[in-house]
Amino acid sequence: MPDSRIFRVASDMHYSAGSLMPSDKSYSDIPGTIVFDSDMARRGFHANQFCMSLMRPENRERFLADESTYLDEWPMSAAQKDAFLRRDYNALLGLGANVYYLSKLFFTDGQSFEQGAAAMTGMPREAYRAMMLAGGRPLAGNRYREESGGG
Amino acid sequence: MSHVPAVGAASDLGNTGDDYWKPLFAGFEVSRKWIAERCPDVVVLVYNDHATAFDLNLVPTFAIACGEEFEIADEGWGRRPVPNVRGAPDLAWHVRQAVIEDGFDLTSVGNVPVDHGLTVPLTVMFDRPDAWPVRVVPLAVNVIVYPPPSGQRCYALGKAIRRAVESFDEDLDVQVWGTGGMSHQLQGPRAGLINSEFDARFLDGMVHDPEGLARIPHIEYMRDAGSEGIELVMWLVMRGALDARVREVHRHYHVPASNTAFGHLILENGP
Repeated sequence: MPDSRIFRVASDMHYSAGSLMPSDKSYSDIPGTIVFDSDMARRGFHANQFCMSLMRPENRERFLADESTYLDEWPMSAAQKDAFLRRDYNALLGLGANVYYLSKLFFTDGQSFEQGAAAMTGMPREAYRAMMLAGGRPLAGNRYREESGGG
Repeated sequence: MSHVPAVGAASDLGNTGDDYWKPLFAGFEVSRKWIAERCPDVVVLVYNDHATAFDLNLVPTFAIACGEEFEIADEGWGRRPVPNVRGAPDLAWHVRQAVIEDGFDLTSVGNVPVDHGLTVPLTVMFDRPDAWPVRVVPLAVNVIVYPPPSGQRCYALGKAIRRAVESFDEDLDVQVWGTGGMSHQLQGPRAGLINSEFDARFLDGMVHDPEGLARIPHIEYMRDAGSEGIELVMWLVMRGALDARVREVHRHYHVPASNTAFGHLILENGP
């Protein structure tokens, strides 16, 4: 009898749908949070590299002059391009964009990181700033998806 | 210490005396006096690059910069009006070889542009000089593409760096700075999360129980200190380079600095 233990170990690993990586993804139940892991980096590679291109002033100008044409130069999905046009940052996080890369777009739009963060929370900027001055968003009720109403 | 970009902007724009920033900058006065009295020759500065020098084409888990001079990056709003950073290539190349021989497969890079992750800590300690009074060995840690190296690995790297610095021929005064954190989340609907209790425990642990801190799993940082709070693993490189017993010289903690809890701790070897 061949020893099949090694195969059992492999088959016990959890493969999420469409994923190349075995992972327990124990971090998937943190509310309002998308961990920028290998799956997300794979999905968002070109979206993030597009953001990276906005580090150069001549690219920022070209993008702002004709966003669709500029986005079409990047091999992104239609959903990613659409989310960029709508500045739907939360959708972009789910499509593999990382917030440090997205910040290049905030700055291109003349927004601060604080404004970008506020936009993702759905709070008006002043309310977000007031929350931070009062000590920030509390942990209570924000540790697990089930306690935050689905996160 | 934390390396919040808005802290650099406040310094550059001369806003450090306004109501928002004054309490934070007040806590740096002790630090600046301390370092004026014992300014090292070289700082090994553990930081992370924020999609500046490294994008998804190149993501080193640990990278040591062995160059002679580091340009200040334009991060999208123009370069910070601070001096370029001088490297310490002789020490850096030595540390690179010694640390790899000691079991850490570091990536070596040369003259990389540096962003707020590296320059804000210099501003915190030295204010606005015409030239930085120290040379710097940048030690970049990937904390953006999950997973970062474990706390244990960061702590052990600090020990290896200590051995490497001690085996260098030249008699240099070297400090190790760990940067990033503290609790904060910059992304998604949970952005703005702060956990002052976690941060206080972490600061205590840096002094008295670094081995306990090194065992904190990534999930705990992300869940309890925010997805970007995981940057705190970089503090463990610094702590690993120190003696088991350390003296707390200065502690400063303030909320908020933009989206983040700002923490700052100065430790010296010895009881």
